Amino acid sequence: MHEYSIIQALFGQIRDTARARGAVAVHRVTIQIGEIAGVEVELLRTAYDLFRDRTICQHAPLEVEAVAVRWTCPDGHGDIKRGHALVCSVCARPARLVAGDEIVLKQLELEVP
Amino acid sequence: MCQACGCGDTNIVPVSLNERILAANDRAARHNREHFRDRHVSAINLMGSPGAGKTAVLEATARMLGSQARIGVLAGDLATDHDAQRIRAAGLVAESITTGTACHLDAEMIHKGLHRMPEWRTFDYLFIENVGNLVCPAVYDLGQDVNVVALSVTEGEDKPLKYPTMFQKADLVLLTKIDLLPHLPEVRVEAIRENLSLVMPVPRMLSVSARTGEGIDQWVHWLEGLRVPRPCEHVIVGAL
Repeated sequence: MHEYSIIQALFGQIRDTARARGAVAVHRVTIQIGEIAGVEVELLRTAYDLFRDRTICQHAPLEVEAVAVRWTCPDGHGDIKRGHALVCSVCARPARLVAGDEIVLKQLELEVP
Repeated sequence: MCQACGCGDTNIVPVSLNERILAANDRAARHNREHFRDRHVSAINLMGSPGAGKTAVLEATARMLGSQARIGVLAGDLATDHDAQRIRAAGLVAESITTGTACHLDAEMIHKGLHRMPEWRTFDYLFIENVGNLVCPAVYDLGQDVNVVALSVTEGEDKPLKYPTMFQKADLVLLTKIDLLPHLPEVRVEAIRENLSLVMPVPRMLSVSARTGEGIDQWVHWLEGLRVPRPCEHVIVGAL
């Protein structure tokens, strides 16, 4: 249930950003969650709804962009197919993770007076 | 104010951030990592399910390596300090981090734990025994040099596929309790190895039994490969 601590961290970031920009409200929060980030999106939404009451995010929907996992050859021989061992089929080098572990605050829509 | 017509309405401004939500934890982890580097301490984040045998592995490590290296343990536990007590009984320095309801350790907890165990500066190895859980601990950087995941043979062959995040981040998987394999004909070590290759780019696995000591020598050998040589701090010059 680390989703609650992730949402707490998210609220800290939102507060800091809103304060720095003099925002009075947040209208939308967009985050990216990777397929193998180890985060359960439904739990994240529940935690967000629980925490946002009477905060600057009270009326801000949470948009979650899912990011698919992508492993690739570090030598440029292309991506590893899903369900295959994580080594390049051409050069046998261990694959590199290029996407899919994101836990990222992408964008905020702020109401600025 | 509205820039278009000056009507007095507030503006909605999109702000692109693209920041990791756990950036504050990452900063604390970097701080821990600098401490470990400065003091030539190898820090090992030991993770695994409850009952995977993490504490037993540390006890076996103490038996084989305890006389040759300074080893300390920060043991994360939800409610008790039983693990730290067991580790102290095995002759190592240990402190508990009681997390209450939290399912993982974070970098700040490690930092506070270090303050309660000032001897850490003299350690060759600092083990961080994480809370027993195959999900949450994988998400938090603690400042460790390596991640080790203990997976016991009784957990079955498909755990790597069910918990890819945990195994993807592992530098080494310790297959524990292999003395039980004769009683588990349905568990094939080769199948575990194959499943690891689907989630770990470099699937390293060592098989051990803390009870019989089998494989502990290879684990200790792997640990010795991590060791950062400590520069000579006290040079005795021309003793009279």
